[in-house]
Amino acid sequence: MASLDDLKKRISSVKSTQKITKAMKMVAASKLRKAQESAEKGRPYSEKMNNIILNLSNSISDKENSPKLLSGSGEDKVHLCVVMTADRGLCGGFNTNIIKKAKLHFEKISKEGKILKIITVGSKGYDQLKRKYKENIIEKISFKESKNANYFDADKVGKIIIDKFEKKEFDVCTIFYNQFKNVITQIPQEQQIIPLKASESEKNSSEDNYEFEPEEDEILSNLLPQNISTQIFKAMLENSASEQGSRMSAMDNATRNAGEMVDKLTIQYNRSRQAAITKELIEIISGAESL
Amino acid sequence: MAEGFKLEIVNPDKSFLLKDSVSEVVVPAFEGDMGILKDHISIISFLKPGIVKIIESGTNEENYYVEDGIIEFKNNCLSILTSNIFNLKNINKNYVNDILSKAQKDLLEKDLSDQKRYLIDQKIEVLQSLNIN
Repeated sequence: MASLDDLKKRISSVKSTQKITKAMKMVAASKLRKAQESAEKGRPYSEKMNNIILNLSNSISDKENSPKLLSGSGEDKVHLCVVMTADRGLCGGFNTNIIKKAKLHFEKISKEGKILKIITVGSKGYDQLKRKYKENIIEKISFKESKNANYFDADKVGKIIIDKFEKKEFDVCTIFYNQFKNVITQIPQEQQIIPLKASESEKNSSEDNYEFEPEEDEILSNLLPQNISTQIFKAMLENSASEQGSRMSAMDNATRNAGEMVDKLTIQYNRSRQAAITKELIEIISGAESL
Repeated sequence: MAEGFKLEIVNPDKSFLLKDSVSEVVVPAFEGDMGILKDHISIISFLKPGIVKIIESGTNEENYYVEDGIIEFKNNCLSILTSNIFNLKNINKNYVNDILSKAQKDLLEKDLSDQKRYLIDQKIEVLQSLNIN
C-alpha cells in the first residue's frame, strides 16, 4: 500500500495533468471554431469547381484525346497515395483513423500486385507509416510553420503531384483525409483525384449545352491542375477542422478521467490517513490498558 | 431594366461576394473582355488578369482586380471562381507594387511557355494602368 506521502504526490501530479488537458481543450475549442468556419466557407469553391469540371467532361466530344489528368494515363500500375494527417499528436484517434484507412488501401494495392508510392502530408502520418512502408514513401511534406491551412500550401502539394504525374511516375492518385462532420464524428475519406472520378449522384446533373471559350480541351487542361490543388485544399481544411474537433473531445475525456482519478485517489488518501490515526489510537489505548 | 441576374464570387477560403441582382458584369475572359447581361447563353470560360466590372441596377459600378479564375454562367446565375481578388476601392498601393515587381521578376525566367508569358504581360499591363489612377 502506498504511503500517505506518495498518494499526496500522485494527487497533485494528476491535478496538474488535468490543468494541462483542460487548457488544451480550451485552445482546441477556440481553434475549432475558426477551422470549422473556414472549412464550411471553403466548400462552395470546391463544389462549384467540381460541378464545372463535370459539366465540361460530360460535354467533351473527343474522349480519347482528352487531357491525361481526366482520363488517366491509360494504365493502372503505379498507385500514388497522399496521406494527409496532422503535425501534432494528442488528438484522439484522428491520425490513427486516417492511417488505418490508408493501410487497408495499401494492402489491397499490394495484393493486386501494383506498385505503391506514398506522399505524406503532415509529420504524424510519416511517423506512423515509416515503420512499415519506409521504402514506399517518396516524399514527406509538413506545414508546421504555417498556422492555418492556406491555399498556397495546397497549391504546393498539387504542383508536386502534377509534376510527378507528368513525369509518368504514377497512374492513379488517391488522397486520404478526415472529413469533418461534427465535433465527435470525423469520417476518414479516400478520394481519387487522378484520373478524376465523378461520383454517381452528380453525373446526371445537367444536360445543358454550354458555350465554351476557348475550346473545351483548353479549358480543361487549365482547370484540371487547379482542381487538384482545390481538392487538396479542401482536404486540408476538413482535416484541420477535424483535428481540432477530435483533439477537443479527446482532451475533454482526458480532463474528465483525471477528475475521476483525483476523486478516487483522494478517497484512498483519506482512508489511509484515517487508518493511521485509528492505529495510533489503538496503540495508545492498549498501552494504557496494560498498565 | 427591371430584373438582373445573380452573381457569386467565390474564393478558396470563402464566399467573397454575393449579389442577387446585377445588371451587367464585364469579365476579362481569356480571349478578350466579355460583357455578360441577363439571359446570356450558358457559358464556361476562364479569366486572365484584369478588372471585373460589376454594374448593379442603376449606375452603381464596382471594380475588382482578379488574377485568374473561371466563370460559369447558367440559368441567370454567374459564378466566378478565383484565387485572388480584391476591390479596387480599398486597394493598397504597396500590395500592387509588390505583385507587380514579382510579376516582372517572373518574366525574366527563361523557360516560360508562351501562354504564361502572355498572362504575366497582361498582369503587368493591368497593374501599371492601376497605378496611374
